[in-house]
Amino acid sequence: MLIIAGMGVHDVKDMSIKAFESAKTADRVYVEFYTSIPNSKLEDIEKTLGRRVYLLNRSDLEENSEKIIKEAKIKDIVILVPGDPMVATTHSTLKLEAKKLGVDVRVIHSSSISSAVCVTGLQFYRFGKTATVSYPYSGIISKYPVDVVKQNWKINAHTLLLLDLHPKPMRIPEAIDYLFKAGMEDWYAVALGDVGGSNYMKCDMLSKLRDFNPPGLHSLIVLARTLHIVEYECLIEFASAPKEIKEIVV
Amino acid sequence: MSRAKKLVDKIKELMWKPEKIRNMGIVAHIDHGKTTLSDNLLAGAGMISEELAGKQLYLDFDEQEKERGITINAANVSMVHEYKGNEYLINLIDTPGHVDFGGDVTRAMRAVDGVIVVVDAVEGVMPQTETVLRQALRENVKPVLFVNKVDRLIRELELTPEQMQEKLMKVIHEVNKLIKAMKPEKYDEWKLDVSVGKVAFGSALYKWAVSVPSMKNTGIGFKQVYEYIKNDNVKELSKKSPLHEVVLDMVVKHLPSPIDAQKERIKTIWKGDINSPEGKAMVNCDPNGPVALMITKIIVDPHAGEVAVGRLFSGTLKPGMELYIVDRKTKNRIQTVGLFMGPKRVEVPEIPAGNIVAVVGLRDVIAGSTCSTKEDFEPFESIKHISEPVVTMAIEAKNPRDLPKLIEVLRQVAKEDPTLHITLNEETGEHLISGMGELHLEVVVEKIRRDKGLEVVTSPPIVVFRETVTTTSPVVEGKSPNKHNRFYIVVEPCPEEVIRLFKEGEVDMKMDKKERRRLLEEAGLSKEEAAGIQEFYEGNVFCDVTKGIQYLHETMELILEGFREAMKAGPLAREPVYGVKVKLVDCKLHEDAVHRGPAQIIPAVRSAIFAAMLQANPTLLEPYQKIFVTVPQDMLGNVTREIQGRRGQILEMNTEGDMVTIVAKAPVKEMFGFAGDIRSATAGKAMWSVEHAGFEPVPANLLEEFIMEVRKRKGLKLEIPKPEDFVG
Ligand SMILES: Nc1nc2c(ncn2[C@@H]2O[C@H](COP(=O)(O)OP(=O)(O)OP(=O)(O)O)[C@@H](O)[C@H]2O)c(=O)[nH]1
Ligand SMILES: [Mg+2]
Repeated sequence: MLIIAGMGVHDVKDMSIKAFESAKTADRVYVEFYTSIPNSKLEDIEKTLGRRVYLLNRSDLEENSEKIIKEAKIKDIVILVPGDPMVATTHSTLKLEAKKLGVDVRVIHSSSISSAVCVTGLQFYRFGKTATVSYPYSGIISKYPVDVVKQNWKINAHTLLLLDLHPKPMRIPEAIDYLFKAGMEDWYAVALGDVGGSNYMKCDMLSKLRDFNPPGLHSLIVLARTLHIVEYECLIEFASAPKEIKEIVV
Repeated sequence: MSRAKKLVDKIKELMWKPEKIRNMGIVAHIDHGKTTLSDNLLAGAGMISEELAGKQLYLDFDEQEKERGITINAANVSMVHEYKGNEYLINLIDTPGHVDFGGDVTRAMRAVDGVIVVVDAVEGVMPQTETVLRQALRENVKPVLFVNKVDRLIRELELTPEQMQEKLMKVIHEVNKLIKAMKPEKYDEWKLDVSVGKVAFGSALYKWAVSVPSMKNTGIGFKQVYEYIKNDNVKELSKKSPLHEVVLDMVVKHLPSPIDAQKERIKTIWKGDINSPEGKAMVNCDPNGPVALMITKIIVDPHAGEVAVGRLFSGTLKPGMELYIVDRKTKNRIQTVGLFMGPKRVEVPEIPAGNIVAVVGLRDVIAGSTCSTKEDFEPFESIKHISEPVVTMAIEAKNPRDLPKLIEVLRQVAKEDPTLHITLNEETGEHLISGMGELHLEVVVEKIRRDKGLEVVTSPPIVVFRETVTTTSPVVEGKSPNKHNRFYIVVEPCPEEVIRLFKEGEVDMKMDKKERRRLLEEAGLSKEEAAGIQEFYEGNVFCDVTKGIQYLHETMELILEGFREAMKAGPLAREPVYGVKVKLVDCKLHEDAVHRGPAQIIPAVRSAIFAAMLQANPTLLEPYQKIFVTVPQDMLGNVTREIQGRRGQILEMNTEGDMVTIVAKAPVKEMFGFAGDIRSATAGKAMWSVEHAGFEPVPANLLEEFIMEVRKRKGLKLEIPKPEDFVG
């Protein structure tokens, strides 16, 4: 059987007991740091589990996934993944491929960045579509994140923007640059760092968040056109939002 | 003051008077006497001593040129000539005649405004005469004609004066026919009219020439020429009607000065706005305008290192100046600027527009680079080399420790010669050099040994095949590794005319869209294909015929990257692909750009193209050569045997006197070693030359054998790949 187990939003210790136990008893344990980068190194994970863990790269999960799936036909295989497994597109394809080859798949859920960002006080049901700010490919900056923010504004929703991880994790200042280059309008946003760990948060206009650069992975929430009063109170309290933000509270 | 010093001063003075400058090239079929002519013009103009010019071909100064008896490198020289009481600065480029070095001719044509086409009176117009004339006319470079070796008509063929004139008129007529066919719009102006002196006849070797205007001055006409030669008195003839006077008079009178030439030529070689300040400066050959310099050649000087030679179309060059190398997106500082005096480079404080210049310090330029004082200067049209590499050799350093040096040297030779392709494979350590022919590679390897002092080992030459398709494939789905992006691809043969339009630069991706669409439709693309054309790459096209797919434009460059990768090395044997039309008929993209990055898109497109090609009856094309052999009649059998044993085909046989000329066609693959074999088969009596004859499909019964031969050499699996290997 193929078990895809989430390690949770921050580090290996966010893992559920279910995930922990299945990793302990599996025939072989793999881990991937491609869909996200946890705050634990391979050695930390091995130490926590008390066993050897093998690292998978992108091609092992994608074009060469057949190899692992075939292995799972005769053995119990656990793939540890950062966050909640089914949030990453890669894992849904993996599940599909396994099904095609007649291999059973079990998913063990865990905490995810997509809900953890509510630590800001922004309410989960007020989020719209999520998008990624990616590095430009051959000089072309994708307009997709800007389009998504605009679509979400139409339904008055917040937008969670994840930042590209490859070749190295993108930082907030760079992400803001790309957004502006792709035609983003300046608006209130919350910059986040090390979510699930130190939870660095800062709310301000995008143009004023350019010096936000704490350690850990970064993400960004572009606010909806209005705020609920409780959201406002939380942002003032936890994310040092500027006073003027009161104007958009309804 | 010494003579040399005086000449330098004169050149320095004349370079500021563009109306007194002629930039010209000498072009011809191999061995028709270009270098002999250039040498004797130099000697006649007093730039080198008579003995030097007579003894050895002075301009073939390279050791290899001397040994092989042919010109390999185009040589730049300058001289001063007096015409009707005025002095003129003549910048001359002697070009090679062998097909393998045709790239040098092409590049030289960018630097000059006029050419002397040399034709051997006995051999007449030959295939390479036609090729070089085409290269000149395409660059809008004006021709005059010198019919050489006229002495041979009298001495060897023993023609009467009447027969001689008839033969000469035939040569002129043939060249004019070519001009008319290649450049009908200029024919009236450029046709070679003997009566006004656009043609001269003579002997480069024996240093005499005549033309209609010279006959009027000297009273020496064909009859007199005939007498002098019959009486063995060419010395006298050369005194009375000297070669350099007659030929250089013709050059000054009929070839344009940079001022006249640039008015016309700029629009052919530069696609920027003619009315912009830099456009106007070039049209007017303005020394005060921004610098517009096109590099046509890199030479390596034992003292100065790399010297970039090129044509300065506007502005003035000075040491210390910073120039943008526009095509390489970088900046270099000029160390010295120079001109050629005779064959030597002399440094001068500055050089104005209209001259052929030699610059030291531009270390990032390659032959073909555009340099300017303006950062956003529109680069010159790229120089189009007519033929592509057909022969390859693997090369390695004899001593493995020299590997880094080998790589450096290979990069260097590629910079000097853009027709040479270098493939460095860091993984396998196999380094390949590909070129225009066996001789081309031999010369390069020899150069590496001698000039660069590196001992190397090479494989025997191998031909480079092309992979192509002969029918239309079904729609093939290519998936990205993450399966979130799907490309639906069809491949089929690309119409020849479409390839020609792009190759000749009549169509490009920068031109007006509507016009491009019209031309491509006429050339055989459907309306949708013509409208959706995205790229032409090495003889293949990519068309996007999808409609309204969101974010496709953001991804197109990566799709094209996948297309280029597939075209560089095809599915059959990883040989370059040629003549394939790739159509994107549909696609599904993940909205989020992070899921459609290079690692996803490039392999998806490449494998879809491969799988499609394998379902479109793929085959290999191999390069062919046309061969021209002239031998005494009694050796005809030996020659035909030699050709037929090489999968060759005899096309024509023409008898003249007791000599016979055979025209044949054979695959390059079988032609290796022909030089030695034909020599021994004919006791050295054969005169022969070859010409590129394009690509043709390999015979069906040999296809698999050839594919396996290449795959084996490259260490690939010894079976023909199947579509399932690429899309699952
Ligand atoms: N009889 C005769 N022989 C000539 C004349 N001009 C040149 N030759 C000979 O023709 C041969 C070739 O001359 P080159 O000047 O090397 O010819 P080329 O066109 O420069 O040759 P490539 O550069 O190799 O194409 C030499 O042996 C010359 O001596 C001429 O006017 N009369
Ligand atoms: Mg020569």
